[in-house]
Amino acid sequence: MRADQAAIAHWVARDARVLDLGCGDGSLLRYLWQERHSPGYGVEIDDAKVLDCVENDVNVLQVDLESGLSLFADQSFDSVILSETLQTIHRTEFLMREMLRVGREAVVSFPNFGHWGARLQVLLGHMPVSETLPYPWYETPNVHHCTIADFEDLCRRLGVRIRERLVLNDGKPVTWLPNLLGSIALYRCTAG
Amino acid sequence: MNAPHDPSSVGAVTAQKASFAQPLRLKGGAELPSYEIAYETYGELNAERSNAVLVCHALNASHHVAGYYADQPANVGWWDNLVGPGKPLDTRRFFVVGSNYIGSCFGSTGPASIHPATGKPWGADFPVVTVEDWVEAQARLADHLGIERFAAVIGGSLGAMQALQWTLSYPDRVRHSIVIAAAARLTPQNIAFNEVARQAIMTDPDFHGGHYYEKRVVPTRGLRIARMIGHITYLSGEAMAEKFGRLLRRGAPGFDFDIDFEIESYLRYQGDKFSTYFDANTYLRITKALDYFDPAADFAGSLPASLARAKAAFMVVSFKSDWRFPPARSRDIVRALLDNRRIVSYLEIDAPGGHDAFLLDDARYHNALRAYFANIDL
Repeated sequence: MRADQAAIAHWVARDARVLDLGCGDGSLLRYLWQERHSPGYGVEIDDAKVLDCVENDVNVLQVDLESGLSLFADQSFDSVILSETLQTIHRTEFLMREMLRVGREAVVSFPNFGHWGARLQVLLGHMPVSETLPYPWYETPNVHHCTIADFEDLCRRLGVRIRERLVLNDGKPVTWLPNLLGSIALYRCTAG
Repeated sequence: MNAPHDPSSVGAVTAQKASFAQPLRLKGGAELPSYEIAYETYGELNAERSNAVLVCHALNASHHVAGYYADQPANVGWWDNLVGPGKPLDTRRFFVVGSNYIGSCFGSTGPASIHPATGKPWGADFPVVTVEDWVEAQARLADHLGIERFAAVIGGSLGAMQALQWTLSYPDRVRHSIVIAAAARLTPQNIAFNEVARQAIMTDPDFHGGHYYEKRVVPTRGLRIARMIGHITYLSGEAMAEKFGRLLRRGAPGFDFDIDFEIESYLRYQGDKFSTYFDANTYLRITKALDYFDPAADFAGSLPASLARAKAAFMVVSFKSDWRFPPARSRDIVRALLDNRRIVSYLEIDAPGGHDAFLLDDARYHNALRAYFANIDL
């Protein structure tokens, strides 16, 4: 599991009902079920990853996040997770609202575009490529990069209340100048 | 096509029949005093009797799911690409049962069978049967085979309706339900297609109100047209364009009413073929079974309420190019299962084959079924 996923797993209560959006091969869901008895569903669009989920014996639903979460009833989950997927979403505000419609709590992680390494590369005239931003600009699935400050602005605008924040660099927590020194940001949010 | 030495084929198979003397009360109110069910099995039932998988067939298929008949090596089962040793539904691990439904013309008691009271074919007097009735009959077949609980029930299209109904009629007798290219109820558009097919049959002068057996005729024209309509709706426009384009049979337009376009030739061929082996009375009843299926009807139209009693784990699969039973109908089922917090996975496969894609061996589809079956504990 990735460092952000391990951190997210700590935030999910035992027996919590979990929805993991962009769940990849389902390893987080599998971990949550096996270690914390938290039943869940994953949403994934990619054929190969969906197959991985079926092989991993994880409940997976192959639908497009861009069309919303219409499969899911209001407040039907304890935690709705969007780990390192936010930056690939076109309709960001819409999905944020959908997450807090179907879940009591939204857990969001994303690569921080404000990290000094990214800033330096832009300063030197290039789009950043790093461990957390691994794609060259011409073949990236990412469409909406943001910094920690940007995400918090969006939350304010949407009336989303940030309950907890964790910023990581190389898998370790960053508390000093997080928007400059953190490569990944994680948030636990509620609807107000 | 499977040659006899193909190690992934179940090989030569034999159709069997089970007779039931206990009357079957049907949803429509009629009663079948006694009946037979034709079936085939592949693989071995294990000592715990925990490895049985029921395969439910769709409109024009039968219990001949896999393998071939020794005297007809070209007659390969309709889902042979899925079922066999080493195939996604692996007969080395599972005991697979293919069951033919009541009202069929392929071996189970149906309109062409002899009515015990009159000694003549049932014909038009054979009752209208429903998906629920088929599940009831299959449950008795399961009893007959000593299967208390199926590891899985699987089907596509009308077969998927049976796989879904199993979880409602017998929630404790099915552990997994694999529901492919399904709808929990037909749309009016779908019913309309069925009605055109029925009208084609019933207005054929050779139909004789369904009592054509004794006249020794077959409403061939009606059956042909019914099948043509069906075929148009089973293929996607895209697949049809890919396969036939606007190719002209004779190279140039004939300015007459012989076959011009390849698609016309294909439809006529399919219609002709179908009318030689399928029974018109069966076709009428099957389309009615499709039209009537609506588990939500008894729950004020609420599909979530109707699925509340299901206990099985579900795998739901749809195909993007299927416009007869489009993905939206499968998502209705998934949404209702999620509302009930059931175990469910859903695959929406971007395959071009239309409704018939469930019969094809798209790798994404078959790999997912293989993985799903492999994870079923025995």
